[in-house]
Amino acid sequence: MATTQSRTLAKIMLFPSVSLLLAWMIVPLCMTLYFSFLDYNLLMPGDNEFIGFLNYEFFLTDPAFVESFFNTLLLVGGVLLITLCGGVGLAILLDEAIWGRNYVRMMVLAPFFVMPTVSALVWKNMFMNPVNGLFAHFAQWLGVTPVDFFAELPLLSIIVIVSWQWLPFAALILLTAIQSLDREQLEAADLDGAGPFSKFFYIVLPHLSRAVTAVILIETIFLLSVFAEILVTTSGGPGYASTNITYLIYTQSLLQFDVGGGSAGGIVAVIIANIVAIFLMRLIGKNLEN
Amino acid sequence: MGSITLKQVTKSFDDVNVIKPLDLDIRDGEFIVFVGPSGCGKSTLLRMIAGLEDTTSGTIEIDGKEATSVPPAKRGLAMVFQSYALYPHMSVRNNIAFPLKQAKVAPAVIKEKIEKAATMLNLTDYLDRKPGQLSGGQRQRVAIGRAIVRQPSAFLFDEPLLNLDASLRVNMRLEISQLHKSLDTTMIYVTHDQVEAMTMADRIAVFNGGIIEQVGTPLELYRKPVNRFVAGFIGSPKMNFIDVAPKPGDATHSLGVRPEHFKITTEQGLWQGQVGVVEHLGSETFLHVHVDHIGTLTVKADGDCQAVYGDQINLTAEQAKIMHFDKQGMTIPALSWGGESAA
Repeated sequence: MATTQSRTLAKIMLFPSVSLLLAWMIVPLCMTLYFSFLDYNLLMPGDNEFIGFLNYEFFLTDPAFVESFFNTLLLVGGVLLITLCGGVGLAILLDEAIWGRNYVRMMVLAPFFVMPTVSALVWKNMFMNPVNGLFAHFAQWLGVTPVDFFAELPLLSIIVIVSWQWLPFAALILLTAIQSLDREQLEAADLDGAGPFSKFFYIVLPHLSRAVTAVILIETIFLLSVFAEILVTTSGGPGYASTNITYLIYTQSLLQFDVGGGSAGGIVAVIIANIVAIFLMRLIGKNLEN
Repeated sequence: MGSITLKQVTKSFDDVNVIKPLDLDIRDGEFIVFVGPSGCGKSTLLRMIAGLEDTTSGTIEIDGKEATSVPPAKRGLAMVFQSYALYPHMSVRNNIAFPLKQAKVAPAVIKEKIEKAATMLNLTDYLDRKPGQLSGGQRQRVAIGRAIVRQPSAFLFDEPLLNLDASLRVNMRLEISQLHKSLDTTMIYVTHDQVEAMTMADRIAVFNGGIIEQVGTPLELYRKPVNRFVAGFIGSPKMNFIDVAPKPGDATHSLGVRPEHFKITTEQGLWQGQVGVVEHLGSETFLHVHVDHIGTLTVKADGDCQAVYGDQINLTAEQAKIMHFDKQGMTIPALSWGGESAA
């Protein structure tokens, strides 16, 4: 790609796919933007009048919005916390030379391949069910009243399910990062008198900072739009206790047939996602440089 | 402070014996070089002394105290790695301070020691940089600085100059030698480069296949190698080996002649050959001479040697400096260089 000719050629060759991708993104975004300014409810066919920012006002002043906004942050933050701490620990364990390491690695990765609906159902019916679930059996064995997870700790339950799905991803990325750590650095630290904790905090963790950044950025993108796990388990309830923004938009547009309101919510979600992205890049983006 | 004694030390990985039972006395304050071809166990032995590898059997004593199973940090040794092993996210200052911080030294003392080491190694202007912003030679000096501040009883160097370019290597060689003179601390230096070994060492230990072939001063090894391996390994270019037909009453199986001990004569000599490639270095000339039934001999001649490709020349050697080896490749001292004085 050095000469002017090859660069021009490259631009021409790239044009069709780039324009297709651009249209793919721009058209739905513009339609959503357009709908968000209309009085557009599927139950009340009519003129679909232009109503300005009324949809936005309606969506943003809804008490459910504030609650689901904080639920979204808690969900993303909680899952990130669990997957990163657990991922670093798992990665360090998997890096050790244990018997059957390759199989263990494959098993650890398995949850990532399970569909969100399936894993949520498994958790709901086999683990967290207050009558038949494993946790309930365990509680009874201990002589304690079983916890009805989805009624008493709905958001935490969803955080646990989603963390279980994303832990392998974080562990895998961090494992590859740990494997690229220069062993001589650890040996030098050994000679320098560093104990296991010093070595972890002064050498391993700084080495992992780039991988941790990548995991945070990638996971955040996906965790902002967690949906299936909520639909299958709590349906956002009780009340709005486990509703996030994505789920709120779903209830707005598909359960209440309010396309206009749902579109306004969608635009709000896009804006929130961008704010989070800018915030994250400012905070940790410098780790990705070099 | 800094004598190390190895007694019957061995190391095996599974079934492979990397180090066969080995004894070595490293004296306080000496610069000893472990030299040998790759895979001969020299680095493994260094790592065993450092405590980075377990010792399979035998004992390691540091300053007269048993240290075979003492953890690395408690042995009072400092090591400079081939890759330098600097901590990439820490500044030069923090790299050098790291061992002191781990030892909970007071900040004021740390500061003072860093200043001193930085002055000694010309690093004062680079203290706030990260290792990634330094050149190879500077990184090397930071690694040495990190070793110095701990005031170890011995320094261990694992091929520290391998990643430097040739001219820098010569400089660093000199700097490390000077450092040894000024610190007067024991240094163990591993290399596969016999020139580094010859130029820096007080004593050299020549390794081959997990054993030490010979230990001695550079000139001892050059003049009185115990066998063909040491003779061939020490000296550059390599010694020439010439097989001879065994005669009754003479155990000599092969002769060894160093390139610098040949003489070129126009009249008859011991060997006659045709000049092949000629390498002019200015101060000296290396001739590759093809001799029938023997092969190619390397000959070192004067810088103004006029021989050209295809010339027929005659070679002789100073009889006194020819080495004689027996069937097992061991030197026959009585017939070899230095044999007369020894006899």
